[in-house]
Amino acid sequence: MSTTTETTYAPAAEMLGTVLAPGVKPPRPSAWSASLTFGWRAVLKIKHVPEQLFDVTAFPLMMTLMFTYLFGGALAGSPTEYLQFLLPGIMVTSVVMITMYTGVEVNKDIEKGVFDRFRTLPIWRPSTMVGYLLGDILRYTMASTVILLVGLVLGFRPQGGVVGVVIGILVLLGFSFAFSWIWTMFGLLLRSEKSVMGVSMLVLFPLTFLSNVYVEPSTMPGWLQVFVNVNPITHLVASVRSLMAGTPDAGELMWVLVASVLMIAVFGTLTMRLYNRK
Amino acid sequence: MPDPAIQTSGLVKVFGDTRAVDGLDLSVPSGSVYGVLGPNGAGKTTAVRMLATLLRPDGGEATVFGHDVVREADAVRSRVSLTGQYASVDEEMTGAENLILLGRLLGHRKPAAKERAAELLEAFGLTEAAGRQVKTYSGGMRRRIDIAASILNTPDLLFLDEPTTGLDPRSRNQVWDIVRVVVAHGTTVLLTTQYLEEADRLASRIAVIDHGKVIAEGTPGELKSSVGSGSVHVRLRDPATRGEAERLLAETLDAPVYLEADPVALTARITGDGAEAAQAARALGRLAEAGIVVDDFSLGQPSLDEVFLALTDHPATEEQAA
Ligand SMILES: Nc1ncnc2c1ncn2[C@@H]1O[C@H](COP(=O)(O)OP(=O)(O)OP(=O)(O)O)[C@@H](O)[C@H]1O
Ligand SMILES: [Mg+2]
Repeated sequence: MSTTTETTYAPAAEMLGTVLAPGVKPPRPSAWSASLTFGWRAVLKIKHVPEQLFDVTAFPLMMTLMFTYLFGGALAGSPTEYLQFLLPGIMVTSVVMITMYTGVEVNKDIEKGVFDRFRTLPIWRPSTMVGYLLGDILRYTMASTVILLVGLVLGFRPQGGVVGVVIGILVLLGFSFAFSWIWTMFGLLLRSEKSVMGVSMLVLFPLTFLSNVYVEPSTMPGWLQVFVNVNPITHLVASVRSLMAGTPDAGELMWVLVASVLMIAVFGTLTMRLYNRK
Repeated sequence: MPDPAIQTSGLVKVFGDTRAVDGLDLSVPSGSVYGVLGPNGAGKTTAVRMLATLLRPDGGEATVFGHDVVREADAVRSRVSLTGQYASVDEEMTGAENLILLGRLLGHRKPAAKERAAELLEAFGLTEAAGRQVKTYSGGMRRRIDIAASILNTPDLLFLDEPTTGLDPRSRNQVWDIVRVVVAHGTTVLLTTQYLEEADRLASRIAVIDHGKVIAEGTPGELKSSVGSGSVHVRLRDPATRGEAERLLAETLDAPVYLEADPVALTARITGDGAEAAQAARALGRLAEAGIVVDDFSLGQPSLDEVFLALTDHPATEEQAA
């Protein structure tokens, strides 16, 4: 870390005096405006450390290529055929995987003094956390776009057209926003970045692999089907797949909506309780 | 007499076995600097965090401008601002971005927030560094951006938690100047410090705390007169002469002599009322007459250690009462 020598600074009383003159205090910002401001902070951080975008570009790219060619021939006859089935699922997997960085970011920040400052401001309390998630939605959008583009290049031809694909991605973003509250909770609860990562992996690997992302659940043993069918990722993938295929499945979409609302209610509340207690 | 800015009674915070704040009673008048003086681990930061609504007290009461810090936390938050012991700005963001962010969070629209940030950077001599990430700032610059962030909305009460620990003398003087201007503009400042000199220079009243309790309170003058108005620090060439030096100093100055951990160093209190220098000269003369070689001496205010010794009969150490 480099520090710079400073030019001599002598505080001038008049100058400090003018900045201290009590002007009219503006009204406190609305909940939405405070959240957006924290979202702006998240974007600024991406701007200053662009390397962190690696996980929303290279990682999804690798996942798509790897699974298309690894399983394509064996599971569906040809990679292109398999891709029609796999792409929505791999998009869900990648985005859901990168939600865990929310927890890591929160955990890194909470130890720093800047959090103390945020917590002494008279603002809507959840806005700090909502801000992280708004920044993350940007990252999720990037990841989804990368995967979609790679998919199109490799031969993904969604029957749902532009509308189906866009709505599919919006459903994925909505679910990921709700799901991320689990990580804000762990980010505040656990002591170190490493343990946040550890817990995230422990949750995310079974959720994404024991699902309908790679193969149809009907090919699995019965006991595994039980888990796969209650796994929210399965329902999310079914929803996104149905939208992109142009055959929206209202039942699955409802399931995803209810699950998202529940997650925000439960984990959002727990997160804010921890945030206020820190 | 206006309402006190801060009033606490029997404030308690316990971490596991540590009673970090243990029945703290404070009454801080508004419109001046109030010093909270204590050694490492005395509970200063913990007390400040409770008053700034960051920590929930485990017992007792605290009000800030008449608002309870727990039940009316939002009302308290709209009147106070905190410069924590460790930088409370975002190191990865630039100085300007930090201030714009806070301006927006305090309700300014974007153009007003930008303008306010530029004004503050200018007033704090940081215009040139405005576009650099804070992690590239020197210690003194960090403190200044931190304080600038704290006065963005001209708070009624400003908490400064050890604002000069780790700064060089020039940066420390800059911070002192800033504090004086801030107070002159009507903001009450609660300042914690480990240095008697700092509290003495800035504060109109001081509370000395130890193990989470106030052990002395008063104006700097009152406190110092209970300790002795100054002290002379002496370093000898030969540790073997320290016993003799101690006896001579005690005799000449008629005051307690404190043997430092360093085997050649000792400190004596002077209760001279304006004639400290003359008394110290007399004492040093006696040492010279006795053939004791003095390598180095200085005349100064009593250190926190001496204050503690005088007030508690134990030196200021971080030792935990098990
Ligand atoms: N979060 C915490 N968990 C456990 N113990 C804590 C915590 N915070 C403070 N303490 C303990 O409480 C006591 C008071 O700490 P505090 O930080 O308030 O002291 P301080 O006067 O600010 O010291 P310093 O001059 O070193 O900043 C110390 O013994 C410290 O170890
Ligand atoms: Mg402290």
